[in-house]
Amino acid sequence: MGGFFSELGAYLSSANSRSEILGDLLEHIYLALLPLVLGILLAIAAGWLGQRWQVARSVLLVVSNLLYTIPSLALFVVIPGIIGSKILDSVNVIVALTIYTTALLVRPVLDALDAVPPHVIAAATAVGYRPAARFFGIELPLSVPVLAAGVRVAAVSNISLVSVGALIGTGGLGVLFTDGFQREYFSPIVVGIVLTMLLALVVDLLLVYLRKLLTPWERATTSKTAVKVAAA
Amino acid sequence: MIADLLNWFGDSAHWQGADGIPTRLLQHLGYTLLALAIALVIAVPLGLYVGHTGRGGVLLVGAGNTIRALPTLGLVTFLFLIFTESETATIIGLVVLAVPPILAGTYAGLQATDKGVVDAAEGVGMTGWQRLWKVEVPISLPLVLGGIRNAVLQLVATAAVAAYVGLGGLGRFLLDGLAVLDYTQVVAGAILTTLLAIVLDLILAAVQRALVPKGVRLAAAAASGKTVIVGGAA
Repeated sequence: MGGFFSELGAYLSSANSRSEILGDLLEHIYLALLPLVLGILLAIAAGWLGQRWQVARSVLLVVSNLLYTIPSLALFVVIPGIIGSKILDSVNVIVALTIYTTALLVRPVLDALDAVPPHVIAAATAVGYRPAARFFGIELPLSVPVLAAGVRVAAVSNISLVSVGALIGTGGLGVLFTDGFQREYFSPIVVGIVLTMLLALVVDLLLVYLRKLLTPWERATTSKTAVKVAAA
Repeated sequence: MIADLLNWFGDSAHWQGADGIPTRLLQHLGYTLLALAIALVIAVPLGLYVGHTGRGGVLLVGAGNTIRALPTLGLVTFLFLIFTESETATIIGLVVLAVPPILAGTYAGLQATDKGVVDAAEGVGMTGWQRLWKVEVPISLPLVLGGIRNAVLQLVATAAVAAYVGLGGLGRFLLDGLAVLDYTQVVAGAILTTLLAIVLDLILAAVQRALVPKGVRLAAAAASGKTVIVGGAA
């Protein structure tokens, strides 16, 4: 144990490894969060389609279930053959994680849109909302609570999966694992694990905060219930 | 590409020996099932205890979320440096990753059991154990199976990643193919791994449907207003 800490101290005191770690961390953030944003947009588009056409809904649910079953390494290596990219290109990881994020979010988006009460939609239509404006102004904002739960799962899973990309030569904190393995050196591996988990925690907290910002009405209703409970 | 793949799968040399498809497939299945069995022994009793007594639920959910963020490649390389043997290291890693989803499914299943049903069971004089085995477990089985399905997907995927530290199984086709830039073998490995994941998931999905107790199925059908044929083929 003492040996490990002196090894870790030596590793972290080298400016070289510190700048390497920082570079890996930044690339990790980019590789995990860009697909998250793309996946959310695609899932919302899919939800919009699925709400309008029953056939689209069934197809989307079956396809997303199937895509989600594909093991990460298998998906990473098959992407170049499908989109014609180079096998070591980081675009493979971005496309693969976008697919996972979308596949994971299609169901929550549909469930969330279904859960919007019909009388709210009727009221919005009555005050003059056109379908597109109603979707973005009423239905989508009201789906945030259900959607947010799915987004949190997708974010954590993306952050953990980016590391697998190191096996096909893309950057991110996974490089620390292959590096530590090849040099039989614990420090990079431990630093990589700790940073990945801290990153997941920070992103999760940010998403919880973002959800609060996007759902101001929830605060109003919870405080009212709290008052009622206190009064009773 | 398709022709290359057909040739690869048609080549009888790929179907025999220590690095043939059947051996690699059985190895992959073996790691998955062994890790699943160990994880079930750990996670199901713990999930039942926490779900039944309600003690430690918050801690359990928090721990499960933390482990979900654990990078699989980091875990496997770390364990390999400790045990310096790829099978031991990987099985331990796989168990660590499979426990949280099973635990979460078991706990969620018991939590989701209608409190009125549990009350009724107590009312007719069932003891704690009878309530657990005759009421809570049967009702929560589908959710438990849901957790097991998540765990199995995670296991098949991670066992492939563990080929990096020298593990056998289908991941070998992927990583050995990458090492010599034989893209046909890489894609063949990806197809085999994906097929294994899909087949296992379909089997478990069928088991999950079959395990829904008749009473729960009848209640659900009644709630959705469908006609129920009692005693018919369900």
